[in-house]
Amino acid sequence: MSSLKVTDLNTSFRTDDGIVKAVSGVSFELREGNTLGVVGESGSGKSVTFLTVMGLLDPRQSQVTGSVLLDDEEILGASAARLRQVRGRRIGMIFQDPMTSLNPVKSIGWQLEEAVLIHNDITRKAARQRALEILKQVEIPRAEQRIDDYPHQFSGGMRQRVMIAMALINNPEILIADEPTTALDVTTQAQILRLMKQLQDEYKTAIVMITHDLGVVAELADDVIVMYGGKVVEQAGVDDLFVKPEMPYTWGLLGSLPRLNASGGRLDQIPGQPPSLLNPPSGCPFHPRCEFVMNVCRQELPALERSTQGVEHLFRCHLDEESRARIWERKKAGLVQETAA
Amino acid sequence: MPLRPLTGTRERDDTHMTHFLIRRIFWALFLFFVATIITYLIFWVIPTNPAQLAAGHAASPEFLASIKHRLHLDKPIWVQYYYFLENLVVHGSLGESFVNRQSVDSIIGKDAPVTASLVFGGAIFWLSLSLPVGILSALRPRSVMDRVTMTFVLIGISAHPVWIGLILSFVVGYKLHLTPIAGYCNFWPGAPGAQCEGPVQWAYHMILPWITFMILFAALYVRLIRASVMETMSEDYVRTARAKGASQNRVMVQHVLRNSLLPVVTILGMDLGLALGGAIFTETIFNLPGLGAQVINAYGANDLPVITGVVVFSTCCVIVFNFIVDVTYGFLDPRIRLA
Repeated sequence: MSSLKVTDLNTSFRTDDGIVKAVSGVSFELREGNTLGVVGESGSGKSVTFLTVMGLLDPRQSQVTGSVLLDDEEILGASAARLRQVRGRRIGMIFQDPMTSLNPVKSIGWQLEEAVLIHNDITRKAARQRALEILKQVEIPRAEQRIDDYPHQFSGGMRQRVMIAMALINNPEILIADEPTTALDVTTQAQILRLMKQLQDEYKTAIVMITHDLGVVAELADDVIVMYGGKVVEQAGVDDLFVKPEMPYTWGLLGSLPRLNASGGRLDQIPGQPPSLLNPPSGCPFHPRCEFVMNVCRQELPALERSTQGVEHLFRCHLDEESRARIWERKKAGLVQETAA
Repeated sequence: MPLRPLTGTRERDDTHMTHFLIRRIFWALFLFFVATIITYLIFWVIPTNPAQLAAGHAASPEFLASIKHRLHLDKPIWVQYYYFLENLVVHGSLGESFVNRQSVDSIIGKDAPVTASLVFGGAIFWLSLSLPVGILSALRPRSVMDRVTMTFVLIGISAHPVWIGLILSFVVGYKLHLTPIAGYCNFWPGAPGAQCEGPVQWAYHMILPWITFMILFAALYVRLIRASVMETMSEDYVRTARAKGASQNRVMVQHVLRNSLLPVVTILGMDLGLALGGAIFTETIFNLPGLGAQVINAYGANDLPVITGVVVFSTCCVIVFNFIVDVTYGFLDPRIRLA
């Protein structure tokens, strides 16, 4: 089977106001059958990273460097024909908004059949059979009757099921899900996540789960990347990340999670706005919002450092080991106390 | 009238179609009254004496009075309007011209094919130019072709049809002798007193008016199509199609074109309906005996029945074409409550 290895990926856009560095120096690896959670605020570069991987950005407006290896084959800068063979066949993708991600003038069945026919030399009838089969797998009720319906006749949750079906119809090795539950209501979110998990077990698909919801990450991911300002700021196995996060932005993210059993009080929030990518802050991208900011933070971007916590736990922060440990203990105590009270 | 999108599951039964038709008919009646009443009001406000024009300058006062009586011009304007309605409803007739007693129905019947030749032929010309050009410049925004096209579009939008027509007629017709300077030939042979006839002569005489229309409308349509295609290309479902591995051609043909044609169909329907009411400038320049030229003459002669007749006719055209647009929409877009 296969793995996806991204090394030093940079993506920038030419805009009328200047060059926007949406992704800078991102590296990670997705192992077969694993789930990688990618967390960050809007504009942190998480979606762009994976649009770049898929080659879905307009080459006239974007500039890309780095390396994307799919099973040791370089697909960054591969020919359009080669990329088309990868897209939809080896890597499937689900997008955030199921309401707008399906073509409104084509029936559900037609759109699913298209996905099959692009990559397989079979008859439309066989493709329809496959479409019906996968619609049943994503639990569309009365699939035989609904296959000829149009997207507007489906609810949001049902459309996202159709999107998942379409992404998985060719049994890809990797599924990239770009905030698949953000546009859905909470009960539907849980259903969709369960469905993805179930299909992953069945098809042995590796999943990239792009989200800003740490709850989703805790539930599904094996590994996590935290992105901020187009950079990876922390990277770890999911247990490591939740047990001992190593930098202030991740602390902030964890602190801002709502807890059902917590006693009143306000949720922690990270003050300020995400950084402008047009005029990025000097040094550490998080320094303007960081409560532990030091002089060095304004001047130097901290390198990705290895945590003492685990070999595969990397983070960017200028704080020394002892302070980080002390601050996290205090934060954790706060979180726990709040929960206990 | 906006159409509501279909919200439930399949509910495309006949009642929707019936409701739709009833709404349409009421709308048409309303438009008819508004358009004709406004025409009569304008006529009433303008100080005119059509009887004098009809009778000639040397007519005796008695003769003038008898003419006035015969044309109902001695009655108040609302009575005249009532006669117009009565005539239309009871006799199915639009009345007779004040000037030569010809029936307005036959005037329109004679002139409408000329205008229709101009409008539909012109539409084929401007669409066959603006569709490919609009799509290509949407695919390559800011390219050389796109910039050249946009310059041409600017000229087309800024130029007046009279100027375009005169320049074409002078250069192509008069200087180069490639086409007739002006004039019209019947498509169907056999009309009495015609100087020329048959499809070939018809097309030969229509080619400059068509090109005038093409320059005029292609400019607008290139912009419209370009904008619509570009907007559709940035839709999420187009990205979905590309994520499926669809080729550029497949993405364009299957996902972009049909969706981006929706606004074009709307505008085309409105333009065709309006233009059928009279392409006044183009017909005047090329001496085409169509509705536009007829209306100009009728204004000069204060020939109210002819003016009203053309107004009624173009109102009908607008209504009919709006209807065609809505039905086409139903085929193009399953979300619309018609199919």
